[in-house]
Amino acid sequence: MAERSEDAAISVINLRVSYGEREILHGITFDVLRGETMVILGGSGSGKSTLLRTLVGLEKPSSGEVWIQGVNTAKISEREMDAIRKKMGMSFQGSALFGSLTVGENVALPLREHTDLEDSTIEIMVRIKLGQVGLANFEDFMPSELSGGMKKRAAVARALAMDPEILFFDEPSAGLDPIIAAGLDELILNLKKAYSITMVVVTHELASAFLIADRMVYVDRGNIVALGTKEEFRSSTHPRVRQFLDRVPEPEVVQELDYLQMLTGDHTSKRG
Amino acid sequence: MDGKHTTLKAGAKVAAFTGLVGFWTISGFAYIGDLANLAGRSAYFTFIGPFQGRPFRITRAFSQAMAIGVEAIPIVSLITFFVGLIMALQSAYQLRQLGAMQLVAAAVAISILRELGPLLTAIVVIGRSGSAFAAEIGTKKVTEEVDALRTMAFDPVAFLVAPKFLAMLVMMPCLAVWADFMGIVGGCVFGVAAANFTIGSYFQATQDSIVNRDIYTGLIKSVLFGLVITAVGCKEGFSTGAGAEEVGRSTTAAVVTSIALVICVDLVFTTLFYIINPT
Repeated sequence: MAERSEDAAISVINLRVSYGEREILHGITFDVLRGETMVILGGSGSGKSTLLRTLVGLEKPSSGEVWIQGVNTAKISEREMDAIRKKMGMSFQGSALFGSLTVGENVALPLREHTDLEDSTIEIMVRIKLGQVGLANFEDFMPSELSGGMKKRAAVARALAMDPEILFFDEPSAGLDPIIAAGLDELILNLKKAYSITMVVVTHELASAFLIADRMVYVDRGNIVALGTKEEFRSSTHPRVRQFLDRVPEPEVVQELDYLQMLTGDHTSKRG
Repeated sequence: MDGKHTTLKAGAKVAAFTGLVGFWTISGFAYIGDLANLAGRSAYFTFIGPFQGRPFRITRAFSQAMAIGVEAIPIVSLITFFVGLIMALQSAYQLRQLGAMQLVAAAVAISILRELGPLLTAIVVIGRSGSAFAAEIGTKKVTEEVDALRTMAFDPVAFLVAPKFLAMLVMMPCLAVWADFMGIVGGCVFGVAAANFTIGSYFQATQDSIVNRDIYTGLIKSVLFGLVITAVGCKEGFSTGAGAEEVGRSTTAAVVTSIALVICVDLVFTTLFYIINPT
């Protein structure tokens, strides 16, 4: 069993996650230090979203440990997990705002349900949070009335509502134009400066990753192939990392044996 | 050689069939287990949770009750009124030959109260609300809203399902009573128009022909129908996969499964009532 670092906000040790028979993550180990922004890079289907879902407790690991705030979340009940979730915020890829509530009510919801604050206090806090993400005076809008970028900002405001110690972002700039995406990057940078919260950002946008990251981890086919600072990534010689950073497409001609295997449908497992 | 091959094939088929029956049985039980789990957890969040520091937001149940009950009144009224009228016409068709037209009121009252009122209400509620539950929860699943609830430390069942159960438990019997009344009114229209009743005498004849049991067995069934509809609608919603077409699939599944299960529950409980007191 690997040692857990003392100043780690999140420690993942030999994490394996499966959907049914199919294993998605094959033994992942890394730490996220307190106050740092860790970017999880990886191609589509690499398992990076599964990794994020496991960190916030939406998927149960099949084996391994996930230590968050000194608790191994792989071993605890839903109710104990809820106590930890109250200290975490998550911004979803599609924003996941509640469509039947206004933007303000969306942000107020966790405060209303989890705290004993007065309604007037909650209203003020909602305005503060919306102000922080650049959506002041939007509290009475319905989510459907907002643009994609504004929805994501509102989702960030909702994630910030409970003053979380760890903030998770799933593809913050996916589906946004470069200007709006840059705005979101700046928002993340501002939050980092203002609060020094621990942040975990899943993305495949390289420009954004190199802008916001303190450290990065590259997930490829369910394994971590590289972990380090931006500079270490830039100078990495790992073929998969280079391919990703230099935007080289997968070679068209695959290994003849693999191709034969694919045709005959003989899928030998590559787990291990 | 050839014969042996055929027997082997037949044997494999029988084995496959028994296996299939076993699979259906197990998945059927698993499905009902899922429904019971949803209902049980909702009951926990509604009745026990508030005493353990997990407040239950009654306003959510109110808005659901509006959608399930109040907004269904026009269509329930229309359908049961017409069915009451149809029942009167159909029974008069037979009763006329026996010269027993005065029994029309009794025939309509008993069939509506015991069976058709609660059942038609259930069918309307399945179409309006069971499908809406599946679509709502399914869409929330697709847009990650269910996941968002969980990451915000809310239980999706407490948040989305429990208010629906509570609203349904209250509104189904209310709707069924209203449906009973409208069905009898439908019969009354025929009675007054074609069977020498006055409005007063028709309702008097109805009152004379029914016993309390006719009313409460219908109401018990309507409560059970409500439970089935809510559980199936929500379960199908939660089992929605990724993508918009999946929402359509779960909505269809919710309606079809609800109708089938409501009829099954109806049969089981009608039989049970018959065995307990066969008068």
